[in-house]
Amino acid sequence: MDKKLRILVAKPGLDGHDRGAKVVARALRDAGFEVIYTGLHQTPEMVVSTALQEDVNAIGLSILSGAHMTIFPNVLKLLKKKKAANILLFGGGIIPDEDKKILYKLGIGKLFGPGTDTTEIIDYLKKYFKL
Amino acid sequence: MEKIWEARLKTEKVKEKLSIINDETISGIPVKIIYLPADIKNLDYDRNLGMPGKYPFTRGVRETMYRGRIWTMRQFSGFGTSKDTNKRYKFLLAHGETGLSVAFDFPTLYGRDSDDPLSEGEVGKCGVAISSLADMETLFDGIPMGDVSTSMTINGPASVVWAFYIAAAENQGVKSKVLRGTIQNDILKEYIAQKSWLFPPEPSMRIITDIMAFAAKEVPQWNTISISGYHIREAGSTAVQELAFTLKDGLTYVEEGIKAGLDVDVFAPRLSYFFNSHLDFFEEIAKFRAARRIWARELKNKYKAKKHESWLVRFHTQTAGCTLTAQQPENNIVRTALQGLAAVLGGTQSLHTNSMDETWALPTEKAVLIALRTQQLLAYETGIANVIDPLGGSYYVESLTNRMEEEAYKYFDKIDKLGGMIKAIENGFPQREIANAAYKYQKAVEAKRRIIVGVNDLVLEDEKLEIPILKIDHQVEQEQHRRLNTLRKKRDNNKVRKALKELKRVAQSKENIMYPILDAAREYATLGEICEAMKEIFGVYKEPPMF
Repeated sequence: MDKKLRILVAKPGLDGHDRGAKVVARALRDAGFEVIYTGLHQTPEMVVSTALQEDVNAIGLSILSGAHMTIFPNVLKLLKKKKAANILLFGGGIIPDEDKKILYKLGIGKLFGPGTDTTEIIDYLKKYFKL
Repeated sequence: MEKIWEARLKTEKVKEKLSIINDETISGIPVKIIYLPADIKNLDYDRNLGMPGKYPFTRGVRETMYRGRIWTMRQFSGFGTSKDTNKRYKFLLAHGETGLSVAFDFPTLYGRDSDDPLSEGEVGKCGVAISSLADMETLFDGIPMGDVSTSMTINGPASVVWAFYIAAAENQGVKSKVLRGTIQNDILKEYIAQKSWLFPPEPSMRIITDIMAFAAKEVPQWNTISISGYHIREAGSTAVQELAFTLKDGLTYVEEGIKAGLDVDVFAPRLSYFFNSHLDFFEEIAKFRAARRIWARELKNKYKAKKHESWLVRFHTQTAGCTLTAQQPENNIVRTALQGLAAVLGGTQSLHTNSMDETWALPTEKAVLIALRTQQLLAYETGIANVIDPLGGSYYVESLTNRMEEEAYKYFDKIDKLGGMIKAIENGFPQREIANAAYKYQKAVEAKRRIIVGVNDLVLEDEKLEIPILKIDHQVEQEQHRRLNTLRKKRDNNKVRKALKELKRVAQSKENIMYPILDAAREYATLGEICEAMKEIFGVYKEPPMF
């Protein structure tokens, strides 16, 4: 990678399960991305404001609390409002297929489920950004 | 003799067969092909093992173990509104469950009401929503609180939710003296792993010592802290780290209690433990046995506890949620059975067996019934409950128990050098160790050095999810909003204000904070209101993000 892509890994909501977010953050860093991790308990406003401040190319949301149908659309709405819809919004967590379909329709990027290899996420981002 | 076995290993055929099998435990302890008398030659029966119910309790905390009383079957459970969960409890009790265990939703775990803006989308999702005494009353409607023992996984706001429980029992006509159960109330592991904290360490420790003092006087049969390794393990630690960090947390509570002027023999008997039972069968058994021995020795020798009840690691076990797979979820029934077996062979006092669908959602009634049946089957069909510590004396298990103990003490030394557990947490030490272990484990899985059936090997192509998944209705959130609205109108708001004012006054004094919390609970002050009042005085904890 010539210019390092900047990825924001974020934990929105009250969900404290941060094992996956941390593992993914580290795997992305090891794969050559610039990774910013928000830490826990972020509101959609906080996530979007960090994304703009840090000038990131993509936001990965990690949600295991079942609040994905509220949080993903909220973050996406805010990105559009701030004219930052060019930032890729993708994510991971426990998201049933039927919910995934609805979120994909809204324009959310790929959503990764339990058991995903980190290389799969890396490949997806590389392909998306044509690296 | 060992040499002969190793030589045999070198013949290609055997080697090929063994290449897919790990030659170290999940904690990274090397595993030999066979264990021999030489591996436990320093083992002294009386010093290292002793009789069950006798120091150092390696073989178990009760003289007769499961012949005297089978372990408590306690399924962690909660979803939606208090009404939904009440129905589930009655179902579980009707099917032979012997203790209740309340799972709260995220807002409750963070001391927030269901109508708090940050609760949006999370109400009733990961557990039951309890915003006030009124919700607690509904939760236990028709369940005699004087007869059932209840464990509540609640930490930051443990004092408040416990007050709801005590007040709900009062309203059923049940005195606090007869209440039996546990509040998790283990704030140290919240900072380390589970992350549902409220206040910074110092006021948190003050609340905890107040709870211990209050319980000794008012709720003497209650377990005031369930010192938990479960979440440490789920966050990605090894078995050794789980053992070491959990026991060190426990010893820290003992030190804080003594510092607060309490007699160790008054509060230590009410401390209990909560461990994870993971995939590495023998390592788990060794971990449980080592935990008992370390705690007994430390409490007796270092902290000079005299009562034998103070020396006991009484523990609840939950099978490892993080080992369940979303792929081929029925296989999780087998994983859970094996992990439950390890817990019983390790001498657990209480057991939760996970349901097969829990990577996807909270369990359906059918899935939770299979999970409950799994442990009933272990208890009543297999004969494993007949003999105490049946693996005691095994060359491998004894050698591994010794090794777990040694490794735990190495961590104790490191933590002591950092200035104790609270300092180590502030410095991020256990958090980093766990994150490193989680990453290492993930790498091992991706390199197929660890096989997970159905995930990185033995995969079904184009697998479709064929089991039903529990859905939480969106109505739950609105229903909770309605309930809270009505409550705020119906109660005596003057009394609520007075109670909260008194709470803030006591928070700034040296008086026991449990009394004004209980008074506020009785007046139907909400969880959020009580926690906000305490936050005003105590502040909130913030974790520096790291990965």
